[in-house]
Amino acid sequence: MIHTETLTKRFKEVLAVDNLSLDIREGEVFGFLGPNGAGKTTTVRMLTSLIGPTAGTATVAGFAIGRQDTDIRRTVGVLTETPGMYDNLSAEVNLRIFADLYEVNDAAGQVEKYLKMLGLYDRRLDTAGTFSKGMKQKLAIARALLHEPKIIFLDEPTAALDPEAAHLVRDFIAELKKEGRTIFLCTHNLDEADRLCDRIGVFKSRLLVLDTPANLRASIFGRKVVFHLRAADDRLAQAVRSLNFVREVKVVENKLLVNLEDPEAHNPEIVRVLVGVGAEVQFVGELRHSLEDVYLQLVKAA
Amino acid sequence: MNKIKTIIRKEWAEVFKNRMVIFTVAFLPLLMTAIPLVIIFSTGAITSDASTLTNLDAEMPTELTDAMCPEGLNGADCFQVFLVSQFMMMFMIIPVAIPVTIAAYSIVGEKTTRSLEPLLATPITTIELLIGKCLSAAIPAVLATYAAFGLFALGSWILVSDKILLTALLDARWLIAIFIVGPLLAVMAVTFALMVSSRVSDPRVAEQVSMVIIVPVLAGFFGQMAGLFVLNKTVISWVAVVMLALDAGLIYLATNVFQREQILTRWK
Repeated sequence: MIHTETLTKRFKEVLAVDNLSLDIREGEVFGFLGPNGAGKTTTVRMLTSLIGPTAGTATVAGFAIGRQDTDIRRTVGVLTETPGMYDNLSAEVNLRIFADLYEVNDAAGQVEKYLKMLGLYDRRLDTAGTFSKGMKQKLAIARALLHEPKIIFLDEPTAALDPEAAHLVRDFIAELKKEGRTIFLCTHNLDEADRLCDRIGVFKSRLLVLDTPANLRASIFGRKVVFHLRAADDRLAQAVRSLNFVREVKVVENKLLVNLEDPEAHNPEIVRVLVGVGAEVQFVGELRHSLEDVYLQLVKAA
Repeated sequence: MNKIKTIIRKEWAEVFKNRMVIFTVAFLPLLMTAIPLVIIFSTGAITSDASTLTNLDAEMPTELTDAMCPEGLNGADCFQVFLVSQFMMMFMIIPVAIPVTIAAYSIVGEKTTRSLEPLLATPITTIELLIGKCLSAAIPAVLATYAAFGLFALGSWILVSDKILLTALLDARWLIAIFIVGPLLAVMAVTFALMVSSRVSDPRVAEQVSMVIIVPVLAGFFGQMAGLFVLNKTVISWVAVVMLALDAGLIYLATNVFQREQILTRWK
C-alpha cells in the first residue's frame, strides 16, 4: 500500500530523512516512532504529497509521489500534527467544507455519520473555537475520514489529550484497523504503539529498525522467563545454567531470571530440572520489556 | 469549479463573521459616494450665479472642456463635471482597499491558525486555491464598487435636473472606470496581497505591505488634481489595457510565488 525506496529529504544542510525504504501492507497499522525532530512529520508530508523528496521514490496506493500528487491527496486521509480547524465556523460547516473539497458524494450524510461516530453531533452547530483540545482532535479525525480513505496518516493523534479523550481516540483507531484500513501512525506514545501497531519503525533521520513489537523486544533483550521459587540460590541457578539452550541465568531475590530463545519449548525442561534439584516452583511467567525500553535502547544507540 | 466555489464559500463564511470587515466593506464605498454627491449638491448653487458663470467659461482650459463637457453645457456646469471627475480616482480606491484587507489575511491567516496544512492536503490544486481566494476577496470589492456607483448615479439623478449635465457627470469615462478598470484593479490588489500573504509570517505585516498597492491609485488622484494629466476616455481605456497585462503578469507571479512546500516548511 505504501512503498518507499531510498526516500530522502534534505533542507539545506539538514538531512531530515535519509534513505528511507519501507513497505507497508494493506490493512496494516504501522507505528512510526522517533524523537522530536527525527523527520517523522517530514516523512508524512512527503507521503501525502505535501512536499517533494530530494531523492528516492515512493508510491502510495499505487500512485507515485511527485507525479500523481492530486491522486494521492484524493486517496489518503491526513490528521495533521495540529487540528487546524476554522475556529469561527461550526463543526458541521468545518466538515462540510472538507467533504466538498474531497468531492464526497453524500457530503451531508458523511458529515452526520462521523459527527455521530465521534460523539460531536450534539455540538455540531457550535463553532470549533469553543471546543476543547480533545473535541478539536476528534473533529480533525472526522475530517480526515470523510472521504473514506483506504490509507490514513495520523500524526500524533493523542498528543495533548487527557487520558479519557486519548482512550477514545485509541479505541477509534482500533475500529479503523478492524475495518481493514491501512494506518500510518506517528506517535510518541509507546504504549499506544504497542497496543495498536502490527509493525513498528523506529526512526531518527534514518530507519533504525522495523519489526513487530514482540520481535523488537526479543531481538534487543531476548526473551526472559521468571521462575518464582520458594527460595532461590546459586546452586539452583547453576543447575539451570547447565542446560545447553539457556543463554543466561540471574538470581534476583527468590526468583531466577532465565534468558531463553524459545520459552514455550524449554520451560517444561527447566521446571523438571529445578524440581529435580529440590526447588519449589511457585509459578512461571515471561518478563515483558516495555516498548519504551526498546525505543530508548535504540535511540540511545543511534 | 466546485472546489473554487467551496473555497469562496469558506472564505466568506469566515470573513463576514468579522464585523470590522463588514464595516470596511460598507463604510468606504459610502464615504466615496457621499463626497462627490456633496460636491454636486454644494456646487449646484454656483450655476445659478450669472457672474460666476461667465468667469468660469473664460477660465476652464480647453483640453478639460473637450474631455469632459459636451456641447450645450455652460462653464459652471462644466466646472461641476470637472470637480466630480476628480473623485473618479477616489472611487477606484474601493476595489483596491476592500480586497486587500481580505486577501492579505487569507494565506498568512491560515498559517497562523494552522489550517493551511489540512487544506493543502486535500486534492485542491494550487490554481484552484488561488482562484478561490482571489475571487472571494475581489467579488465583494467589485460589488461594493458597483453598488457605490449605483448610489452615486441615483444621487446625481435626484440632485441634477439638467439632462445634459447628468449625462456629462455619468459619461463613458465613468462606465469604463467602474465596470472595467475597477474589477481589473481588484484583481491586481488581490493577487498582490496574496503574494505578500504567501511570503510573510505575520498577518499585520501582510496587511501593511499589501496596502502599498493603493499608492498608484492615490498617485493618479493627486496627479490628476495637479493637472499632470486629464482622465479622458482614451487615457482610461489605455489604463484598462495596461491593467489587463499587469493582472496577467501578477497572476502568473502569484502562482509561482505560492510554493506549497516552502509555505509549509518555512513556517514556524
